[in-house]
Amino acid sequence: MAEKVSGATEQFDFEKQKRKDEMKQQVITFVLMIVFTIVAFAMIEAELDRLFVIPVLLVLAAIQVGFQVYYFMHMSHKGHELPAVMFYGGVFTAFLTILALTVLVWW
Amino acid sequence: MSTMVATNKKGLGATLWDYLTTVDHKKIAIMYLIAGGFFFIIGGLEALAIRWQLVQPMNDFVSSGFYNELITMHGTTMIFLAAMPLIFAFMNAVVPLQIGARDVAFPFLNSLGFWLFLFGGIMLNVGWFTGGAADAGWTAYAPLSTTSIGEGVDYYVLGLQISGAGTLIGGINFLVTIVNMRAPGMTYMRMPLFTWTAFVASALILFAFPALTVGLFLMMFDRLFGAGFFDPAMGGNSVIWQHLFWIFGHPEVYILALPGFGIFSEIISTFSKKRLFGYTAMVFATVLIGFLGFMVWAHHMFTVGMGPAANSIFAVATMAIAVPTGIKIFNWLFTLWGGSIQINTPMLWALGFIPTFTLGGMTGVMVAAASADFQYHDTYFVVAHFHYVIVGGVVFALFAGTHYWWPKMFGTVLDDKLGKLTFWLFFIGFHLTFFIQHFLGLMGMPRRYWVYMENQGLDLGNMISTIGAFLMGLGTIVLLINIIKTSVKNEKVSGDPWDARTLEWAIPSPPPFYNFKQLPLVRGLDPLWVEKTEGRKGMTPAEPLTDIHMPNNSFLPFVMSLGLFIAGFGFIYQKHDLSWLIVLFIGMGITLGCMLVRSVKDDLGYHVHKEDLKKEAEE
Amino acid sequence: MSEQDILNPKHMPHDPEKATLEGKNKFMGFWFFLGGETVLFASLFGTYLALNDSTNGGSSSEELFGLELVFIMTMLLLTSSLTSVYAMYHMKNHAFKKMQIWLGITVALGLGFLGCEIYEFYHYIHGEHFTMRSSAFGSAFYTLVGFHGGHVVFGLLWIIALMIRNARRGLNLYNAPKFYLASLYWHFIDVVWVFIFTVVYLMGVL
Repeated sequence: MAEKVSGATEQFDFEKQKRKDEMKQQVITFVLMIVFTIVAFAMIEAELDRLFVIPVLLVLAAIQVGFQVYYFMHMSHKGHELPAVMFYGGVFTAFLTILALTVLVWW
Repeated sequence: MSTMVATNKKGLGATLWDYLTTVDHKKIAIMYLIAGGFFFIIGGLEALAIRWQLVQPMNDFVSSGFYNELITMHGTTMIFLAAMPLIFAFMNAVVPLQIGARDVAFPFLNSLGFWLFLFGGIMLNVGWFTGGAADAGWTAYAPLSTTSIGEGVDYYVLGLQISGAGTLIGGINFLVTIVNMRAPGMTYMRMPLFTWTAFVASALILFAFPALTVGLFLMMFDRLFGAGFFDPAMGGNSVIWQHLFWIFGHPEVYILALPGFGIFSEIISTFSKKRLFGYTAMVFATVLIGFLGFMVWAHHMFTVGMGPAANSIFAVATMAIAVPTGIKIFNWLFTLWGGSIQINTPMLWALGFIPTFTLGGMTGVMVAAASADFQYHDTYFVVAHFHYVIVGGVVFALFAGTHYWWPKMFGTVLDDKLGKLTFWLFFIGFHLTFFIQHFLGLMGMPRRYWVYMENQGLDLGNMISTIGAFLMGLGTIVLLINIIKTSVKNEKVSGDPWDARTLEWAIPSPPPFYNFKQLPLVRGLDPLWVEKTEGRKGMTPAEPLTDIHMPNNSFLPFVMSLGLFIAGFGFIYQKHDLSWLIVLFIGMGITLGCMLVRSVKDDLGYHVHKEDLKKEAEE
Repeated sequence: MSEQDILNPKHMPHDPEKATLEGKNKFMGFWFFLGGETVLFASLFGTYLALNDSTNGGSSSEELFGLELVFIMTMLLLTSSLTSVYAMYHMKNHAFKKMQIWLGITVALGLGFLGCEIYEFYHYIHGEHFTMRSSAFGSAFYTLVGFHGGHVVFGLLWIIALMIRNARRGLNLYNAPKFYLASLYWHFIDVVWVFIFTVVYLMGVL
């Protein structure tokens, strides 16, 4: 495909190369996510201690979500400052909501 | 071109069609104003009925069941169908003009948001005609709401769900508008305070309304589809509703109050002929109130039994909000100090607001003390408190904004004498109604009771309260007369009748549909005032005269909302008879079909050509 | 109108989804919407966590959930997330055909996920007699997972509609933001699923 676009400017080639490098990162990210998922399921199958498994599971999930948001959804790119503000605003509210519904509802 | 035809010589049908399909933020603002004003009057009539029932001990003006419907619908109508849309009316009318934009970021969604609100509002009120409106209080606590007989609460759930979707859409729209559409030079720290408060309020809408959405879904599943979220017999827990409702409900207070603060900031600055004192601190306080507003919801639930630790945390967080609010109060006072103050109707409302809202804030700190709240909870003390906050902070602001921005929206100035009469009637009436209720509450009168006994010291207080309520009604009637009188007289005014400071006054009243012929260059806070102090008449343009891109009108938002309205009936009545599911599918089909049409049909808008702009300028 | 906007590499912006003001607005607004969606799902998760032991004497999560199917579903959805990244990669390179192919794969994987979920629900309802009306746990489970499933359905319909609508005319500055938003939405669905398989299924059988 790249050969056909002979009239492309240097800028375009540069951007394209950059995207290609990034795409490699994405694939690595994906492999890591798969590994994390397998680890998560394996921990359950291995029937390890609850107190150990639950925090690790949540950490693994958080890292996976970080990968999704920063790499797959490109939040690491420029121009995502306000999206990040509003997204983390949502995460903050989400945290408060879940905290309240798990900690303050017990009867 | 055809697009340049002005709207003033159209027939009724064409005008109606124009408003049904419009995506112009100024026309949507007018529709919000009319619809919100209509619901304000409905809610007001409900309030008068409540007060008339309580005018004497053991009154039998309305039945107990009907009284429950009245208090429920009064609260719901006033918050969701009057205050919210009226705030949106001013946000629509003013924010794009204040930041120097030609329209909002999503004109189509703007129109969709309005129609969703309107159909949701109608849905809520349909209950009156089908055997009783919602009667579980505006907070709709389970299990009262989940066991309420009839369809009233179903209409509440579906109506709020539909109008809530509209509000969420509106909130996102204003966030993006303010982020992306500011004129050259309009930095964040040059935005007028009303725009800032609209921005923070929109962010609060974005984060608060989803909790309500979920709460309403759960309620719907419980009531209509046999789920057991709030039903202890199935292992459910009714406190979940309370949390979800207040996670939304408390930020909602600030969603309403912050734009109110913004309106007063504009008015006080304009009529003191001074730049707003402590602008930076005001912005900071606005953001801080928005942030803290999310961490205090459980102060509505002190008596639920969350335990002393949780109660203390929420009590302290609540009291902390008094600090940024205090900063604002002092900044308004310092803006007034040494200004060349002009007292007219908007300014009167602003001056009346400061002590009124401060009183509401004081009682707010009182009820925030968790241990003391066990005494105040569910008494008229709380009723008095939140009316001081919501009426003093929001309704006063809406009256003030109506008088202040009327010329910008309609090109005429409301009569000042009648305006002042409205203010004094409403202001005196308000304090008569609610000040005495503090004491009624302290004497132990519980809220939401439809009668009280004789000779318990409550008779006189209630009588006074009712008289006050009717004075407020009178004040509103005077405003309506004023509007009719002004519209009939139809004396057009200039673009800047108040000698004001912000961008919206730099263009004609009412503005042309494209707002700014050339986008203005903003060179400081209060951009118009900056130009005036340097001897210029208007803004310096930031661009040459070019073609202006405008969005197309569309009928889809109306149909889309109508589809959900129809589906709502299907959702409700399938609980009696499953054949109503057909109605549900038809309604959802209409809505989803419209979404598909919107998705596949390109809507590229049109251009106003610069030749036409020039021609228009010569005329 | 749209003919002029057909992208070709000679005069092309390297972020076609954000090249126009409309595109910028959509991009910004959609991210804000996802911030709101986060709160929406948090409310559902919170409700689920508050009620996940309230089985009312009926089936509990340990008895119900089988991890094999969930593992397959997770793999399907994770992979579909990567394929939609590939689609966006080709969009930025203006390789429309390749973009369509990768989107097609994404849709196929999404359909596979949806099929598994329908099978799962069918199995619970008819095999285990576990429904939304069984207990508060049942209500919370079906609502949370069903909301996610609803998002999957909507996302699939959205992507399919975009693919069909633009099959003939290719990529331009008007529809590039639409594709980009649909892919963001798809990633967000995956983000939610990561928490669902962790919190609902894995912690549910623990």
